[in-house]
This record gives sequence, structure tokens and C-alpha cells, in this order.
Amino acid sequence: MSLLEIHEPGETPLPHAGEGALAVGIDLGTTNSVVAIARDGKPAALHDETGKALVPSVVAYPSTGGVLVGDEARLLLTREPRNVMASVKRLMGRGAADLHAVAGVLPYEIEPGSGETDMVKLRIGGKARSPVEISAEILRALRQRAEAALEKPVERAVITVPAYFDDAARTATRDAARVAGLEVLRLVNEPTAAALAYGLDKGSEGLYAVYDLGGGTFDFSLLRLEKGVFQVLATGGDTALGGDDFDRAIAERMLAERKKDGLADSVDEGAVKTALALGRQMKEQLSDREQTSGRLEIAGVPSFHALGRVDFEAMIAAYVARTIDIARHVLADAGMKADEIQGVVLVGGSTRLPLVRAKVAELIGKPPLTDIDPDEVVALGAALQAEALTGGSDTLLLDVTPLSLGLETMGELVEKIVPRNTPIPVQLAQEFTTYQDGQSAMAIHVVQGEREMVADCRSLARFELLGIPPMTAGAARIRVTFAVDADGLLTVSAEERTTGVAQHIEVKPSYGLSHEDMADMLYDSLENAEEDMARRLLTEARVEAERGLLALDAALTKDGKLLSTEERAELDVARTRLQAAVKGEDRDEINAAAEALETLSKPFAERRMDRGIREALSGMSVSDLESRVGEG
Amino acid sequence: MDHFARLGLPAALELEPVALDRVYFALQRQWHPDRFVAKPAEERARASTQAAALNDAYRTLKDPLSRAFYLAELRGVELPGDGKTIDDPELLMEAMEAREELHEARTIEAVESLAAKVRDDMKKSLDGLGSLFLANDKGAIRKALLRLRYLDKFAEEARARRTNLERAKA
Repeated sequence: MSLLEIHEPGETPLPHAGEGALAVGIDLGTTNSVVAIARDGKPAALHDETGKALVPSVVAYPSTGGVLVGDEARLLLTREPRNVMASVKRLMGRGAADLHAVAGVLPYEIEPGSGETDMVKLRIGGKARSPVEISAEILRALRQRAEAALEKPVERAVITVPAYFDDAARTATRDAARVAGLEVLRLVNEPTAAALAYGLDKGSEGLYAVYDLGGGTFDFSLLRLEKGVFQVLATGGDTALGGDDFDRAIAERMLAERKKDGLADSVDEGAVKTALALGRQMKEQLSDREQTSGRLEIAGVPSFHALGRVDFEAMIAAYVARTIDIARHVLADAGMKADEIQGVVLVGGSTRLPLVRAKVAELIGKPPLTDIDPDEVVALGAALQAEALTGGSDTLLLDVTPLSLGLETMGELVEKIVPRNTPIPVQLAQEFTTYQDGQSAMAIHVVQGEREMVADCRSLARFELLGIPPMTAGAARIRVTFAVDADGLLTVSAEERTTGVAQHIEVKPSYGLSHEDMADMLYDSLENAEEDMARRLLTEARVEAERGLLALDAALTKDGKLLSTEERAELDVARTRLQAAVKGEDRDEINAAAEALETLSKPFAERRMDRGIREALSGMSVSDLESRVGEG
Repeated sequence: MDHFARLGLPAALELEPVALDRVYFALQRQWHPDRFVAKPAEERARASTQAAALNDAYRTLKDPLSRAFYLAELRGVELPGDGKTIDDPELLMEAMEAREELHEARTIEAVESLAAKVRDDMKKSLDGLGSLFLANDKGAIRKALLRLRYLDKFAEEARARRTNLERAKA
């Protein structure tokens, strides 16, 4: 009879690469992240042991060493504020120069990047770390959760990004996945993923909108669903507007109230984080209550703060009005009217706020769709897309560029090459010429944004086309091509065409990672893997040693008289050595002490065995003997 | 290959949006990079190029105005670049008067009525283009397209003004 093989969870043999590896959907959010998997068109979020799907997007590098992600990391927010990073998504792909957008929000020390790539770094846990590195920790934790839940390796993922994420932020997200050991099948815009989750479940057709108000970003998108094709018509948003702003409004109010009451606080990082955490709690309570209150304690001095929904709504009214403004712009962009929308999908925890729901309903003249949990809907859609990309499906996602891409021309003006809301992938070119006789080089400055002046747009890359043959001004034909791939990532190339000698240069936008940065991070993650491994081995050695000590104690209690006084003394010394080793961190010492003790106790074990046999011969059963040893 | 040929459509101004969507979606189902995720790099690159060309064609032909400009270009009608000064004195006068009217409109309703007039005007003008293309009257096509370009700009300004007024009201 052949037996079924049963493997321990950790010992399942690895399948061939790609074959058994699953593709998951990941919503890498500002406040929370979710990982989900779809099978046979049915998506499900993956939960931890306690049944929670949301992983707080918080990473801690505790003073005791190691890395913590999620709830455990959040617990350290107030105790070790300098070692904890929350809302890192807001900094993805940002340079130090962009930080005015988030100034005052971040109580972290900023280290401007150096050289070409100029990506911002934060001093956290005593080390300069980039947002990519920190995001990679979150992705790694999600990957581990998925592997634990699915009991299979997870190497591929569809990761969602805000539709409004610019090129640099998309590149940074891809880099983070690579550092976490995940191959990105596709970056999908969050609103598109949300519509996917709704559309497939219900077979809806027509014009839909997605209103996504997350912790740190806002997006409004218009989509047309038709016979399995999801076509994004227009999208708009703000990368620095979200529920975090509401928390901050409450926190600032409480700090102001304390000041008014004459409490002389030194408002340090810990105090800010405590106030923000309390603000967040109060905000959530006000979704189903008219009134709430909180107790804020800074440096041991408590204060009490009451907040009613009416006051709270007045505090956040301007933020909510801005989201409705953006929605109106997106509608105008697409040449659509609000009443043509068949339904609005709500995404993001902040859409639970009654004021938000009311304003959205007011805009489109009907109540929004809320059937699917707004915190999970994006990950569920991403999981469906991951399944579609790996297993095949009839669904097709047709996405658009969220922001216009262009070049700097004379007078610091922007010439748009790829207008926003252009379907992707796309390749568009424009010809430029020289403005001086004999001009042999041309500076090419790639920018992203809707404004007319270069200074108001975001600079993505600069390069020079060199070696233009001497010609009179206006004779050269320099063709600049912008190619945007299906992930929304841009490549720019330029060539001179009149002479037949093609000059060709490709640039990847800056703010991504330089190769050195990437190598460093991969190296770091390997280093951490080694640390993780060492920690596990140490734990295993300890558990093994403790088990041996317990067994020996039991045997000594029962059969100690089988040993001479000298033997017993020797054994006790070895036993004490192992007991001490187990309390330490040295795995080699634990193993050595355990081995010494085992060698010493061998004769004792043999004598007990002999006696056991004699007892068995004298009519005792083995099970009697065992139960007796167990009692001892 | 021109955009019409790429989508297997006749090179004409008349184009049913539903028919355009149908051929575009069918071709994207065939060429979209999502269909080639597991394929060799070479095939993936080819699909991406095809999908990009399809998107360019769709984007150009979808909007009636952009389609008219593209068709005129195919027919060899010379048009000044976007943003250049208007060389038609009649049109210049019309544009100045309309802008003044928009500037003086203080209510959403007033702006909307101006915008509606322009939309109506554009529709009539586009409808009239068909016969000009049939007659291949390049001079008349050029004049009509320049006027349409101005009307389109005006419609955009009206939208912006309307949004501003709505915001002020909210």
C-alpha cells in the first residue's frame, strides 16, 4: 500500500519556478495595505491569524534590532517615534525639492539625496533609508502573509498605484517590489482595480466613476465598462490629500486647546504622533456617532477634548470640497455630465465619513455604491487582474496617462507631447529644430504636469543630444519620442533625422533608483535574510535544549540513585552550563553545552535502559513504564 | 499605414463612434500587452508597438475635430500650427466679440447658454465639412477648420469659466 506524503508546512518541496508560484494582488496603501488572491474569478483578501485583512503601512526599526511591519510597528509609533515610519507612500519617488508639498507633516529628519537620482532619504532607526526600502519591507511582509496563508511561494504580483502617481512614483513602486523579491506583472491604477472588483462581480455596463479617498491620496476616475472592456476615460486627483489630513486637523485642534488652557507642551515627535493617533480614533468614531471625546496625554499631563460631528465636518469641509472640485474637472475633461454616471464606487477608509458620502451623492444625484468593503476593494480588483494576467481571461483593461508629458521649449514653456488621458501603451513623437547656426547639441528637459510653465511642472529628466552635424539654424530635424508602456512608465528618446546619421539616446526618468542604490538595497535585504535565518536557528537551538533539560530533570528525579556522587556533580555542572547558555544569544554555545551534557548523561541513560528492560522482564509493560516516566 | 487603414476603416469624415469602438476593442484584445505577459520579450515588444499604434489611431480618430484635422492633413491641406495667430480678419472679429461676451457672463446659466450656442455652431460646421471634403475644396476646408479650432478653444474657456462659477457658488 502506498502512503500519501504529508509535509510540514515549511517543508513543502518547491515546485518548478512559475508552475506552482501564485500571483497575488496587492494594494500598497498610504495608511493600510492588503494582499488578496483570486481563484476562478473569485477574489478574497488574505487574513492574518486574527482574521484581519488590513496591514497598517507602518514600518519600525526598533532599538532592539530587526524590522517590524503593521500593527506591531504601529505600537512603537509613540514609544520610539524616531524608529517608525508611517505613510511612506507620500514620499515615493519624491525628491527633496518636492517636500514643500508635505512639509510640516513629517517629523522626520530628511536627508537630501545626492547626485543624479536625488531621491529623498529619511533618518529612521539611526540609518538613512529611502522610501523604496521602507515600502519594500511592507511588500515583504505582505508576501510572507500570502505565502503563509496559501502555503505556496508567491513571486508575482499586480500592485496598485494611485492613478495620479507620476512616473517617478511608479518607478519607485516597481523598485520596491523588486527589492522585496516580487515580479510586478502590472502596475494597475487603484480606481481601475476597484471598478474591476465591482464590474466583474455584477456584469455592470455603462459609465462609472470611482471616488477614492485614502489616507494620503485622492483620485477621481471615469470609466466605461462594456463587454469585458474597462476603458478609463479620464482621471484626476491630488497626491497629497487624504484622511491623514483629517487626523491632523483634529490633532492640531487638540494641541491648540491645550495651549489655550495654559499647558506648556514641548511638542516633540512623540507628542505629535500621540495626538495624530488619537485624532484618527476620534475621526473613526464620528462616522457612526454624533459626538466623541478623547484623552490626550503629553509628558504625563492629560487633557480632555470633546468633538461633535458638526464641528468636525466644518473642519474638513474645505478638503472634501476640493475632492468634489477635482471630480468636476475630471468630468469636464471627459466632456461628460455628472448625471450620465450610472454609479460611483467608493474606495478608501475615508469614504466611510458621512460628509464624504453626502457630498458625492450630491454631485451625481444618486447614492454611491458601497457593497464591497472600501478598504479591500482595490486589492480584490488587483487579485482579479493578477489571475487574468497569469491564467488568461476575457477582461481587458485599457488605461490612460494621468498627467501630460512634455518638453521644455524656449522661454521655459512646456510643449506637451503626450496629453493627459491618452490611452496607454502609447508612443508619440514631435520634431524640434536648432535655433542657432552650427548648433551641435540640444538640451532636452522632460517634464510632467498640466501647467504651461516648466517651473510649475515636475521635472522628470534632463539629457543632451550631442553630435548634431553643423547646419544652419532651423535645418536640423530632431525627433523626440515619448513611449509610455502599459504600466504608465515613460522612456524618452531623441534622434537627428536629416543627415541620416541617427543619434539615439534613451533616458529613464530620474528619482528612480540608481544601480548602486538598488545594489545596496538588495544587499541589505540579503543581510537581513541572514539575520532572520540566524534568529530562527537560535530559537530552534533554545527550544531543543530546553526540551533536553526537562527530560533530564524528569529522569534524575526518578532514577537519580543510579548515579555516583561524582557522576551527579559532573552532570550538574554540565546542566548549569546549558541552562546559562539558553539564556544567552550564542547558538554555538547552546549547541556545544547541549552536546557535552548529552555525552555525560549517556552512561546514565544506558543504565536506565537496562533497568527498564529488567523491569519489563519482571512483568511491567512498556506503556506502564512510559507513563511512570511521564509522571516523574 | 495611416490611422484609418490601421483600424480597417474607410478614410472618411463620417465615422460612427460605436463602429470605431468595436474595431478598436477587437484589435486591442488581440494586441494589448496584458495578453502577452507570459510571451517571449520579442513578441511582447511587437505587441506593445502594435497596441501603441492602435491607441494613437483611436485617439486621433475618436474626436470628430481631431479626425477632421487628420483627414485634412492626409489630403494635403496646409494648416498653420496650433497657437499661431488667426489670419482670417472675419474670424478674428468674431472671436474677440465672443470672448467679451463670455467675460461679461456672470451666471452659470449665461455661460451655459453661450457654450450651447458654440456647441451648436461646431456641430453645424462639422456637418458642413463632409461636403467640402467630398468636393476636395482645400481652401474652404482650411477656413472651416481654423474656425472650428477657434470654436473648440472657446468651448474650453467656457467650461473653465463655468467650473469657476460653480466653485464660487459651492
